[in-house]
Amino acid sequence: MIAMFSDASLLILALAIPAAVALLVALAGRWPNLREAISLVGALLLAVTIFMLLARVLGGARPSLHLATIAPGLDLALALEPLGMLFASVAATLWIANTIYSIGYMRGNSEPRQTPFYSAFAVAIFSTMGVALSGNLITLFLFYELLSLSTFPLVTHKQSPEAMRAGRVYLLTLIGASMILLLPAIIWTAVATGTTAFTPGGILAGHVNPIGMAVLFGMFVFGAAKAAVMPLHRWLPAAMVAPTPVSALLHAVAVVKAGVFTILKVSVYVFGLDTLRETGASQWLVYVAGFTIIAASFVALSADDLKRRLAYSTIGQLSYIVMAAAIATPAAAIGAALHIAAHAVSKITLFFAAGSVYTAEHVTKVSRMDGIGRRMPWTMAAFAIGTLAMIGLPPTAGFLGKWFMLGAAGSASDWFAVGVIIVSTILNGAYFLPILTAAFLKPAGGPVAEAPVAIVVALTATAIGTVLLFLFPDVPLRLASAMVAP
Amino acid sequence: MTLAVLQHHLPVLVVLMPLLGGLLVAIIRHPAASWPIAIAAAAASLAGALALSREVAANGVISYALGGFPSELGIEYRVDAVNVLILVVVSFMALATLVFARLSVASEIDEGRQPWFYTMMLVATAGLLGMAVTGDAFNAFVFLEISSLATYTLIALGRDRRALVAAYQYLIVGTIGATFYVIGVGLLYLATGTLNLELIAERLPEVTSPRALLAAEAFILVGIALKLALFPLHAWLPNAYTYAPSAATVLLASTATKVAVYLLARYIFGIFGLHREFGDISGASLLILLSLAAMFLASAAAIFQNDVKRLLAFSSIGQIGYITLGIAIANSDALTGAFLHIANHAVLKGAAFMAIGAILYRCGSERLDDLAGIGRAMPVTGAVLTIAGLALIGVPGTSGFVSKWYLVAGAFDAGKGWLALMIVASSFLAVLYVGRIMEIVWFRPPGRVALAAAEAPGGLLVPMVALATLTVLLGIAAYWPAEMAHSAAEALLGVRP
Repeated sequence: MIAMFSDASLLILALAIPAAVALLVALAGRWPNLREAISLVGALLLAVTIFMLLARVLGGARPSLHLATIAPGLDLALALEPLGMLFASVAATLWIANTIYSIGYMRGNSEPRQTPFYSAFAVAIFSTMGVALSGNLITLFLFYELLSLSTFPLVTHKQSPEAMRAGRVYLLTLIGASMILLLPAIIWTAVATGTTAFTPGGILAGHVNPIGMAVLFGMFVFGAAKAAVMPLHRWLPAAMVAPTPVSALLHAVAVVKAGVFTILKVSVYVFGLDTLRETGASQWLVYVAGFTIIAASFVALSADDLKRRLAYSTIGQLSYIVMAAAIATPAAAIGAALHIAAHAVSKITLFFAAGSVYTAEHVTKVSRMDGIGRRMPWTMAAFAIGTLAMIGLPPTAGFLGKWFMLGAAGSASDWFAVGVIIVSTILNGAYFLPILTAAFLKPAGGPVAEAPVAIVVALTATAIGTVLLFLFPDVPLRLASAMVAP
Repeated sequence: MTLAVLQHHLPVLVVLMPLLGGLLVAIIRHPAASWPIAIAAAAASLAGALALSREVAANGVISYALGGFPSELGIEYRVDAVNVLILVVVSFMALATLVFARLSVASEIDEGRQPWFYTMMLVATAGLLGMAVTGDAFNAFVFLEISSLATYTLIALGRDRRALVAAYQYLIVGTIGATFYVIGVGLLYLATGTLNLELIAERLPEVTSPRALLAAEAFILVGIALKLALFPLHAWLPNAYTYAPSAATVLLASTATKVAVYLLARYIFGIFGLHREFGDISGASLLILLSLAAMFLASAAAIFQNDVKRLLAFSSIGQIGYITLGIAIANSDALTGAFLHIANHAVLKGAAFMAIGAILYRCGSERLDDLAGIGRAMPVTGAVLTIAGLALIGVPGTSGFVSKWYLVAGAFDAGKGWLALMIVASSFLAVLYVGRIMEIVWFRPPGRVALAAAEAPGGLLVPMVALATLTVLLGIAAYWPAEMAHSAAEALLGVRP
């Protein structure tokens, strides 16, 4: 049965399923139960498709498909390699959890305009899959831009003046950066090398001089503003005005990971890790990313709004990945790839919990969370697991990536990076642990009252996932290792 | 007459079809008969242009001696890879516009004047096609005047009284431009003794008076620059586009300036070159400078407009800047980008102005504020406007992306990385003005106007959806137009003096 599908048809399915969901959801708007069923079935089918692809990639296959020739030398192509596989698997799996969660959240809060919401969400997943599966820079750019555009209606879902303002900051930052920096970087690469295809070992070596290489790398890093490297980070806290399921899947998983994924992918498959190390083109980025990590942690310390604190935590965590890409050793790249998966599953748990608290008690401030752990034990237990992962403690997935990155920074004798990781770990603890102590140690002040069951199911599942990823890291580790294998 | 004979006369038939069609409409002068005749004439012209493009691709340059006189005496029509692209774009856009015109014109123009409107549309098209097809400097002037006079009339038919002022303004400027052009042609004739562009280029090295040539160059290029609204000679354009009837704006925006750009490229690459120094600045640097000014200043002006047509008009001035920039960079990639953008921008701006025309048809307003929430009442029209807007920005998956890719690649290839950054930075301005329209159309609560509106009728939807579809197709499967633009670029670079 599995053999029935060719590699190419599975790649097509991975794009076609979310596209079909977007269309069918829009048509089924009048029947909410049918609409949600379509989303859920679509998410399950996509996960099955992605896992079939995963089995093949682990078996050594590298499915690829040429989609269209836009013009001579301008091709749209899909090509799956280990890093893209890892990203696609994470996003597809979490889409299931997020769909269940969305149903509970959107109905629990009686949100308006649910049909456009689910439809745009599916388009965003479609774009995310496209980013993960893209075989060259042009295809990546196409889906990257589509992801920015399709998430705009989600960010501005409330349509209040504040939401519209946030939406403008969001879109102008993301599109502006990608248009002014990422696109010229891609075209420069194409003109210099004659290709834009992702190639193991990179394509740029010998085509651009070292200074040009550093400039080009900077254009890629800041052009992919979805990675939220300072100073292009402001859109992320602004986007928190969106409903929580959007913040959870898109601004903890799909959108931001599309940014760091682009940076890591370009480092490995366009520059080549060896080239980056030899030319020192990425050395400066260690400092920028390090600064972002520490600065974001300090902002998070002082943020009273829970989602804002989570947003700044995300900015810091993303820059771990960027810093690892800049260190550019194989071990650092493995750490970065693992952290993409680990941060995704744990940060979505945290957002789920934040939305759960909002749905049940309409609490958005950290200062009002006293004793909430006793009133909402499931939610806050999951939250606790998420925080452990953020700090990087076992037994959670967050430990793995950090361990690899710390080791890589040490063996590269990059003591600045080592210092940043250690200091930021302490800071992470400083802004997350007080929430836990207040939630569990202060008196309950009320009866036990959890959020709707769909919400609790989803956040419990992702919390368990955070632990499972620590206990059984085999698959992501194999993918990450295959990424840097010669 | 057999088909082969028809084939032989195609270069002149392409122009004659709309010209005779216009005459027929004027003679019959019956509102019901006008539209079918116009459609038939435009369709015949497009069929001829497509046949010519096949023949040029297969056999190379076609030379046609009008009346059978040799080119020293008579007029030569010369079709090559460069102008065949223009012929296809102009005749295609004329047909699309005329399809759109039936309902739009019926609602905007008095019944008694409708035949004149169609006559003028066809005559303007004939003039533009003639400018493109002719290989004779003076004949180009004649066609330039034919198309211009028809255009003044078209603008003056606008429903607003300000249309008269706009038409008069354009008349003055256009006449100055045409006069400059013909003075320059006269000087060239004195210097070389011929009006045939090919022969002028051949005899140019023997010309002994460089001053006459310099004067000819200045007059001709400035004259053409007025017609193509090259910054800072663009002042006539916003009013003309804003107050003309919707269908006339569509035709003007998608074809008129494009043909003038073609003529500019023809003179620059065929005759004058870009190396001449004007004081301290070379021709190429000057053109780059003016193009950049158009790209930034006109696009910035677009952001602050409150009338959608005027906003799109300023956007057009900026977009023309990209095309002239490609001409100024003057390498294969940049020129390919310029010619692709001629076609892409014609299609996407046509779609945008049609969408605005449809909104005007339903709501009677083009003010930006009145468009609040119109996307919910007119979703298809809103979608067309959105696609056109995305293409203006150059979002991948739309035609604008492909032309921008080639332009930027051309800039990098010429070792001008800073120009590449200028191109993308200026298109960020398009994000602002397109974003402003999109926000009002889709995300504002519907206002008084939108609540009363309904989706545009099929007669308006069909042409604009077709153009929007084409805009997407030209963004994901543009192999054929890219090849055509590339051959046009190669042909121009090949004959460079």
